[in-house]
Amino acid sequence: MTDEAPRLIERPTVATVDDDSALAQSTAAAAPVTQTPDAVFESRDVNVYYGSFRAVRDVTFDVPRNQIMALIGPSGCGKSTVLRCYNRMNDLIKAARVTGSISYRGTDLYHERVDPVEVRRRIGMVFQKPNPFPKSIYDNVAYGPRVAGQKKDLDNIVENSLRKAALWEEVNDRLKDSALSLSGGQQQRLCIARAIAVDPDVLLMDEPCSALDPIATARIEDLMQEIKQDYTIMIVTHNMQQAARVSDTTAFFTADTHSENDTRTGILVEVDTTQKIFSNPSDERTENYVTGRFG
Amino acid sequence: MISRLYDDKSRALVAASIERRRADARGLLFRSLLQVCLLMTLALLAVLLLTVAFDSSEQLTTRLWDFLGGTLRSQSSDDKLGVHQGIYGSMWIAIIVALLAFPVGIGGAVYLEEYAPRNRFTSFIEVNIRNLAGVPSVVYGLLGLALLLNGQFFGLDRFTGGRSTLSGGITLAILVLPIVVITAGEALRAVPVSLREGAYGVGATKWEMIRTQVLPYAAPGILTGTLLSMARAVGEAAPLILVGAVTGRLGDNPGLFEVSALDDRFTALPIVITSWTQQSGRDVGFATAAAAAIVVLLVLVLIMNSAAILLRNRFEKKRG
Amino acid sequence: MTDTRAAAAKHSTEQLTVDQLQIAPSRRHREVIIRYTLLVAALVSVLVSTLIVLSLLREAWTFVTEVVWADTWGQQGWFPRRGLYDIPTIIVPTLIVTGIAMVVAAPLGLGAAVYLSEYASQRVRAWLKPALEILAGIPSVVLGFFALTWIAPNLVGRVGRTTFLVLGAVILIGYAGVSALIARNRLKQYREGAADPSARIAAVAAIAMLVLVFAVAAGWTLNVWLDFAPNNAGSLAAAGIGVGILTIPLVASISEDAMAAVPDSLREASAGLGARKISTATAVVLPAAISGIVAAFIVAISRAVGETMVVFMAGGAADASRFTDSPFEGGLTMTAAMASLASGTDNVVGEGLTFQSLYFVGLLLFVITLALNVIAARFVSRVREAY
Repeated sequence: MTDEAPRLIERPTVATVDDDSALAQSTAAAAPVTQTPDAVFESRDVNVYYGSFRAVRDVTFDVPRNQIMALIGPSGCGKSTVLRCYNRMNDLIKAARVTGSISYRGTDLYHERVDPVEVRRRIGMVFQKPNPFPKSIYDNVAYGPRVAGQKKDLDNIVENSLRKAALWEEVNDRLKDSALSLSGGQQQRLCIARAIAVDPDVLLMDEPCSALDPIATARIEDLMQEIKQDYTIMIVTHNMQQAARVSDTTAFFTADTHSENDTRTGILVEVDTTQKIFSNPSDERTENYVTGRFG
Repeated sequence: MISRLYDDKSRALVAASIERRRADARGLLFRSLLQVCLLMTLALLAVLLLTVAFDSSEQLTTRLWDFLGGTLRSQSSDDKLGVHQGIYGSMWIAIIVALLAFPVGIGGAVYLEEYAPRNRFTSFIEVNIRNLAGVPSVVYGLLGLALLLNGQFFGLDRFTGGRSTLSGGITLAILVLPIVVITAGEALRAVPVSLREGAYGVGATKWEMIRTQVLPYAAPGILTGTLLSMARAVGEAAPLILVGAVTGRLGDNPGLFEVSALDDRFTALPIVITSWTQQSGRDVGFATAAAAAIVVLLVLVLIMNSAAILLRNRFEKKRG
Repeated sequence: MTDTRAAAAKHSTEQLTVDQLQIAPSRRHREVIIRYTLLVAALVSVLVSTLIVLSLLREAWTFVTEVVWADTWGQQGWFPRRGLYDIPTIIVPTLIVTGIAMVVAAPLGLGAAVYLSEYASQRVRAWLKPALEILAGIPSVVLGFFALTWIAPNLVGRVGRTTFLVLGAVILIGYAGVSALIARNRLKQYREGAADPSARIAAVAAIAMLVLVFAVAAGWTLNVWLDFAPNNAGSLAAAGIGVGILTIPLVASISEDAMAAVPDSLREASAGLGARKISTATAVVLPAAISGIVAAFIVAISRAVGETMVVFMAGGAADASRFTDSPFEGGLTMTAAMASLASGTDNVVGEGLTFQSLYFVGLLLFVITLALNVIAARFVSRVREAY
């Protein structure tokens, strides 16, 4: 969105906030939920537990349609955990438990009759490390449609998905080659094509560029801009410049350290347009983070 | 220049310590002791193979095809003496093991690794399987005797025909089942999480994920384990003795693919070897016959084992 | 899935219902069916163990309750077809065979493992490991043949009266040396454990065990020496050596795994202090891997106790046997007793309890090997916890 460097704001003190006031602040920031009129997701008081340990506390925000939303924050703040709530990937971890509610297009995502398999079909995911299947390029892209029962028209779906992922020109003459023969950046675009092929509504991206070089990263970022007219995208990134470059809205998370057992619980600090988060955040912790004073 | 920095005494000390290091008698002795252990093991293996090769050469060079087509006889000089019945039994035992133990064992492993909740019951099953793997093979023979010959519990004797290839095969399938579960489980655990997530991420169900990602990735490892257990089954004799494999005279000599003979009385290569070895005391000619039967068995087992080892090495190299 | 539907869905503000977030019923049903099929497959192992225990217990119970122990005990022989079941007749040869097997397998297997883990270069390992695996894959009937036709005449048959005494003395002295080391540690524990009576009792018990085993072994050696009779045919010694060869790869692979689990940082630390390789191996790696090595020995013992074919073929006993405690005579181990009884007869007919005796011996064997394996598993998990 904004290429200009985040404005440095000089403040005399960087208060070391004690736990109670941090909690008060975070609730103050998160409590008055501004209803986004055109929201794909509405999350309310989402908590994620691993066994008895609470990894994420009381996350409440909306995800607007056909925009790119970035989740940023220091490592260990639970942003990946939050992201994985939206396609019920956390279900796969046996000890994990999600409370609160996430509504997807008006339906409770965690309703007992909702099938996570269909949820993941509609809400695709791209992972931190490119994870193409050890199959051909074609079979990678066709994998999702095939498991969903699609048998006809696969050639078209593969071509369209690869085109959308800006990979078609590079691979159209070697679709039968192993996907593992591609470069890292190509593999990640293949994974995007694979996610697109099942015609999802939302794409969740979990630090998709962290394993890539700057050129490959730039290609993925361009690609995100191109496809956002068709999809709602949520991206977790630890790269603030990336968040500032690609996203429309940004959610800033931080970690609350419990001194007694040295565990950390992720909390949402604030959600706003990316411009506001990077130029004039309402929370001091956000400002410290985006100006590089913390994290 | 440098030599002036050190006096003669310290130079002598350094030299002495370096020299002592070179002539470290205790270390050398220990090392040679270890090498002797290893060489003795290898020498025993070599002597074993040479003895077998030497003893077997008579049968295998002069009458190979007669030997492969012949049957159990009471005299070693009988020119109809041979291992055809044993090959029939061992081949069908291998097939029955493959048909019964592999699907059940791999299925059980998939359940335990992919589906089972982490609770007491699951760990009970796992401990149970590990303990089963350590039960002596002869005890499985007792189970086969009770279950398949005497028809205890389910009256299975009507189905197996009592002392038959079928009974032997089922007994050995039960014997290798825990080994198949354990080795298949190890192969399944080696499948990277990223593949599973990738499949789930595009809307695969659990079974679709397993069938299209986990099983293909784990296939070489599973295959290695199953081949090893098949070799184990083909070499086993003790349980077969308990379920009544024939050591003396066996009338019929069915063709290799005569399925109708599966519920007839039977023998197998290890049983033939046992019987002939024991008879070599009274009729020395049986020693050479036993050695020749061993060569036939070893060829079968070694083919399976080396296929397994090769597969695993390739598999490990591929994953780097 | 088609583009028209996609376009419609994406740009509308369409709301979804729960029903739209489900997969096709056929797909869902398939998942359930497969899940339960696989569960059944996993439960087969439970069924198998239940059946083993039930069948063993059922017949063994009949045997234990109906056999006339007073007539059977002290008959100096195992004659199942005549209804005479002297338990020591099959227990003592089992101990002899297992003991001889361990004398062969423990040093050879452990030595091979130490060499492979601490000394061998990658290239040597690439050759030696498959060789050991080939040995591990050799069926036990082959070793039975080897034991009877080669080991018996060429190794056991050449052992004379004097050679046996020298061999026995060497092994006894070696045992005494190791025991002395252990006893010294225990004595130290005893002195330090003044406040803790249970530690003192354990120390005394351990030392008493060592002395007792030594006394029994020494007495036995002397006894065998006095009654020495050379034997070229099958004997417990030949069978024991055969079983030992069979268990070498087992000892080697489990103890090598244990040594591989010792972190390299320990080896580097030792080397960094200027220790020679021998000191690193004996003073650092072996003590660190001791639990796994003990487990390897116990598993090997369990395997030797349960091994049937080598003893049946080379142990030198027909289907009945008089009591013997000499390794140079033929005898029946528990497993050989079962195989002998079952071979060549129609469903083990005989006097009264012949069939049941099979299950009684089987139950004994099952309990002994299970106990050994459970103990070994404890030792293995101790290695896992440590690193």
